[in-house]
Amino acid sequence: MKVLIPVKRVLDYNVKARVKTDESGVDLANVKMSMNPFDEISVEEAVRMQSAGNASETIVVSIGPDKAQETIRTALAMGIDRGIHVKTDENLEPLAIAKILKAIALAEGVDLVIAGKQAIDGDNGATGSMLAAMLGWPQGTFANEITKDGESLTVSREVDGGLQTVKVTLPAVVTTDLRLNEPRYAKLPDIMKAKRKPIDAKTPADFDVDITPRLTTVKVSEPAGRSAGIIVEDVNALVAALKKEGVI
Amino acid sequence: MAILVVAEHDNVVLKDATHKAVTAAAAMGGDVDILVAGKGVKDVSAAAAKIAGVRKIIAVDHESLRRQLAEAMQEIIVPLMDGYDAIVAPDTTTHKNYMPRVAAMLDVMQISSITGVESADTFVRPIYAGNAMATVKSSDPKKVVTVRTTAFNAAAEGGSASIEVIADPKGPFKSEYIGEELSKSDRPELTAAKIVVSGGRGVGSAENFAIIESLADKLGAAVGASRAAVDAGYVPNDYQVGQTGKAVAPALYIAIGISGAIQHLAGMKDSKIIVAINKDEDAPIFQVADYGLVADLFNAVPELDAAL
Ligand SMILES: Cc1cc2nc3c(=O)[nH]c(=O)nc-3n(C[C@H](O)[C@H](O)[C@H](O)COP(=O)(O)OP(=O)(O)OC[C@H]3O[C@@H](n4cnc5c(N)ncnc54)[C@H](O)[C@@H]3O)c2cc1C
Ligand SMILES: Nc1ncnc2c1ncn2[C@@H]1O[C@H](COP(=O)(O)O)[C@@H](O)[C@H]1O
Repeated sequence: MKVLIPVKRVLDYNVKARVKTDESGVDLANVKMSMNPFDEISVEEAVRMQSAGNASETIVVSIGPDKAQETIRTALAMGIDRGIHVKTDENLEPLAIAKILKAIALAEGVDLVIAGKQAIDGDNGATGSMLAAMLGWPQGTFANEITKDGESLTVSREVDGGLQTVKVTLPAVVTTDLRLNEPRYAKLPDIMKAKRKPIDAKTPADFDVDITPRLTTVKVSEPAGRSAGIIVEDVNALVAALKKEGVI
Repeated sequence: MAILVVAEHDNVVLKDATHKAVTAAAAMGGDVDILVAGKGVKDVSAAAAKIAGVRKIIAVDHESLRRQLAEAMQEIIVPLMDGYDAIVAPDTTTHKNYMPRVAAMLDVMQISSITGVESADTFVRPIYAGNAMATVKSSDPKKVVTVRTTAFNAAAEGGSASIEVIADPKGPFKSEYIGEELSKSDRPELTAAKIVVSGGRGVGSAENFAIIESLADKLGAAVGASRAAVDAGYVPNDYQVGQTGKAVAPALYIAIGISGAIQHLAGMKDSKIIVAINKDEDAPIFQVADYGLVADLFNAVPELDAAL
């Protein structure tokens, strides 16, 4: 089973996004960027599948600026075999990303795509399912556990009511949720080894797909602020305050 | 302009999230129809027909739709979209699962988890865990929109829409339902509750969560949790409140033993009153709390429980 893992370089999850004063977007100058946390989980899962003998080859792809290569290197250091960098300085929408991923999935002849359930910058949560539909493949989204049996995967999914299990035939798309695994930290020797792993350089033009944006950002503004309230002395003071507010 | 809203239901009960999605759709302007896709959905369809301002109910009743799995939903919805300018669904996991498939087949960009409607093509949505609000305008001929239900009021009852039954999906599908493990609870649903009591890593264990549950029951509240509490196995995954869990906006949110990470705040900072109980006076949760109590939760929570 050949596995493709799309990974996105995003603002580090520990950094609080700051809106630019001209409301044109979020300020990404000189801030820490990292691999989207869900994509780390996808990478870990693919590496584990390979160690378990269930994946023959693992390929990461990142679509983004030059720096996206760092994200690819991180995945390679975690154990992925090779990378594809689709270079663009545009901030492409999930629809365009999915089209590029479709072309790559078909060209590489992959059996499984493991994407994150959501990129924590745009919070769209769209790419994985879009890709599955474009390919006409089944999907197991929000995966909490993935087991391979023969030509299908059994995927336990985190849904609003609890867990749901589905069985999907391969080829398929899976999207990862938080409890699927705990991603490893790459060790120094692996980071060194990753420097020699190949990264294929591409651009969106190589795929002949329509990537024009469909949404225009009118503005990006600060959310309604909340200010710190008061610190109450004790439980009785808290109860009195909540009664006064009429919420209990 | 005609808009198709997809109903949230469990084949038995029509959920309030539907009414909220209807409000969002109505704000876009035009006729609003509701799709009820499921198995044994006569009652659900009848309930949907009673929502005020709805033109018609489209019902499809088939075994393959019992769990509203992605491929069957896609097969039903995509052809229906010939007759609609927009599709709107709540951003629950059921709809998050297939809506991007619909968008892909229509070759349009989905607009996810909107919190505001400016016009038929312009929407407000949180990005970066709600630390920024983006206003986006769609140039697509059809809009595919999911709705953060906590941001909209429920549409009123009082309608009498007609019900039209459409043809079943044919399949075959490449995915199959195997089973589910749903959390059973007599408490109100997390996203709809007026009061939510949430516990974090500070609660320390699954056994200790009993004090959170007891307080919740005293208040008639739902129980929520931080990711750390879910990861540690204190409570099931569906309790998670936050950027990548559920968004809640109750009248009262009580955060106990939760530090207040960006990702947690993303799911609860629109609550009306926030109370934080934490032993660390520097915990970031206090920066958003209306009332903070700096205390050991193992003393404060039972005391609060007893005082109510
Ligand atoms: C991709 C991604 C997505 C995420 N999504 C979410 C999400 O949706 N929701 C979410 O919640 N998190 C999410 N997180 C995790 C988030 O970053 C935090 O790690 C998490 O919210 C911390 O949970 P916590 O506050 O319970 O734990 P901690 O940060 O460890 O805080 C525990 C708190 O309990 C207090 N405490 C300890 N003992 C006591 C006591 N006896 N009495 C009183 N107080 C006590 C401590 O002072 C501390 O403030 C996500 C992270 C990532 C990377
Ligand atoms: N620019 C990108 N390059 C590679 N993969 C991406 C990119 N954007 C999104 N993805 C993948 O799609 C998933 C969901 O992203 P989104 O739909 O934007 O929330 C991510 O977790 C990645 O796996």
